[in-house]
Amino acid sequence: MGGTDGLAGRVAVEGLVKRFGPVNAVDHVSLEVSSGEFLALLGPSGSGKTTILMSIAGFEFPDAGRILIGQEEVTWTPPNRRNLGMVFQRYTLFPHMSVLENIAFPLKMRGVGRAEREERARAALATVRLGEMGGRRPAQLSGGQQQRVAIARAIVYQPRVLLMDEPLSALDKNLREEMQIEIKHLQQRIGITVIFVTHDQTEALTMADRIAVLDHGRLQQLGTPRDLYEAPQTAFVAGFIGETNFCEGQLAQAAASGESVTVALTGGGSLPAIAAEALPAGGRIKVALRPERLRVLPATAEGTTARVAEAIYAGNATTLMLEGAFGQPLRARIPAGAGLHEPRPGETVRLAWQAADARAFRA
Amino acid sequence: MSARRPSRFRLGGRRYSPAASLALAAPFLLLVAIIFILPLATLLHESLFVPAPTTEHYARAFAEPVYLRVMLRTLRIAALVTALALLLAWPMAWVMSRSRGLGLALLAAAVLLPLWTSVLVRTYAWMVLLQRNGVVNQLLQQLGLTEAPIRLLYTEGAVVLAMAHVLLPFMVLPIYSALKGIPEDYPRAAQMLGASPWATFREVIWPLALPGVTSGCLMVFLLALGFFVTPALIGGPQQMMIATLVSQQVREMLDWPFAGALVGILLVFVLALTLLFKRAVRLDRFVGSA
Ligand SMILES: Nc1ncnc2c1ncn2[C@@H]1O[C@H](COP(=O)(O)OP(=O)(O)OP(=O)(O)O)[C@@H](O)[C@H]1O
Ligand SMILES: [Mg+2]
Repeated sequence: MGGTDGLAGRVAVEGLVKRFGPVNAVDHVSLEVSSGEFLALLGPSGSGKTTILMSIAGFEFPDAGRILIGQEEVTWTPPNRRNLGMVFQRYTLFPHMSVLENIAFPLKMRGVGRAEREERARAALATVRLGEMGGRRPAQLSGGQQQRVAIARAIVYQPRVLLMDEPLSALDKNLREEMQIEIKHLQQRIGITVIFVTHDQTEALTMADRIAVLDHGRLQQLGTPRDLYEAPQTAFVAGFIGETNFCEGQLAQAAASGESVTVALTGGGSLPAIAAEALPAGGRIKVALRPERLRVLPATAEGTTARVAEAIYAGNATTLMLEGAFGQPLRARIPAGAGLHEPRPGETVRLAWQAADARAFRA
Repeated sequence: MSARRPSRFRLGGRRYSPAASLALAAPFLLLVAIIFILPLATLLHESLFVPAPTTEHYARAFAEPVYLRVMLRTLRIAALVTALALLLAWPMAWVMSRSRGLGLALLAAAVLLPLWTSVLVRTYAWMVLLQRNGVVNQLLQQLGLTEAPIRLLYTEGAVVLAMAHVLLPFMVLPIYSALKGIPEDYPRAAQMLGASPWATFREVIWPLALPGVTSGCLMVFLLALGFFVTPALIGGPQQMMIATLVSQQVREMLDWPFAGALVGILLVFVLALTLLFKRAVRLDRFVGSA
């Protein structure tokens, strides 16, 4: 057990393609998860997350590409021979078995003797802190408890990889946050590889070592939460993770990724930025600027100025709706308690930012 | 919580008073009383009290080998019909439970259409198929499997086949309804946990479908026990079942008390079975509360 023994818990998806009629549910996706890593598959509804997970699980067979678990290709192996754990979005505890019988089920399928089955099932139940509940029927448990039991059932046979498809989406917010931490701790303790599907970016940012962002079946970016937030590589990722201001414009000359550019804004004026991807000459450009990276200073004669149209106080921060800069509405966020200048509506302010925080994308 | 004492007996619920509920159900209850309970009671009364209080008619049914044979044959045919219907119904119910939209509508029509056709018509159809120069015999000869027409009609096999066909919907519908209640994620979870397709069936699908299977089997078995038209026409006198025997006693022998005794035996048997499977017979499955 554990993620330290090299490649056993590795999962690789290579050039995966899956079509449903005219829909490209998964479009040439490649990604690799190392042993003991927590990977989140993040994307809007219909982006292909479940289809990728189901291909890894063995319930969908790809039109092209390969799936590898450990060193072994399993693209065409039936699910019951992949030795993976899985927790589903909907509750899937078998209603005709007790909690303990549910957890012992995979051991029974593996020919483990009755006494050992029961002992290991009890231990797994204790791992998810439900030691007392073994004799109950699934229907007598709350949603959160049912998903905990489902996790116990999915890890009791010590698979190397645990797949989870939005397992917390049916729970209320507080319980969901609690379970996120709990799952994360459990994963670190037993060193299992986890692939976790979610459309909730906060969940992905909280739990994952790395996040794969998907849109329309295509992998947009694969990176650490910090990478995705600080250095999004496509306009989709910039818009999907966190909040951002998009300023539209054009570029006279082509630029390579990472190059400094000056974008001529559609609303007038120009904006220096960093090219986040290769940009064509004359193409339409979007510059992304996060609200909290805009510094709001008292107005001076120089620099970019804007008028505060509205100030929305939200306890930990104040959001300003700004007008007049770059010829379009902007948002800026001022954290509370840092002693920063908090302008009132109607006031004119000066805006400043680091050049690296303005990222230019193909529109 | 309402202040009303919880009661296991409830008539009409909150909206209608018991009196109003009774009034609403009255036409139906009256009809049942007149055309079902009354004649049945008369018949049973005759079997026990004509010409004087006696058990002689019942004793006769068990004493004479002819009658005993009919009763045993009835049980055997009903059991075979149930088994065959189950075998045919399960895959159909399974496919239906995994179908949607037009596919489901077509399959459902295939199951229900026969129900809307008269039993007589369906039975005659079987006679056309199975008779001496019928479709089946012609086909067998053309394929060179037989040289001369073989006897298909008036055999026990033919009776079982035709009855299983006629009663099939009563098996398909409760099983379908039970299978439909099993989310697709259950078998998936089982497979994920290492269960082979067969183990998934044995450990998950079958136990969860069992209530539907039991009510389907009970329904078909009970209906088969008292079935009249199909065994009479397809089985002929050689394959007589109890309902045909009753009819014969009434119409040809005019022996109402003995017919009553046969009905009484059948009734006791049916009631005993029903009580035995009381927990499994969930009438709401037929009404279709999902
Ligand atoms: N069995 C199927 N038949 C037809 N189309 C399908 C099937 N499964 C998925 N699709 C389509 O493939 C695309 C990707 O679906 P998928 O379920 O993988 O998305 P998802 O990212 O999991 O979305 P969600 O967040 O809504 O669960 C969607 O357009 C969906 O409609
Ligand atoms: Mg999904």
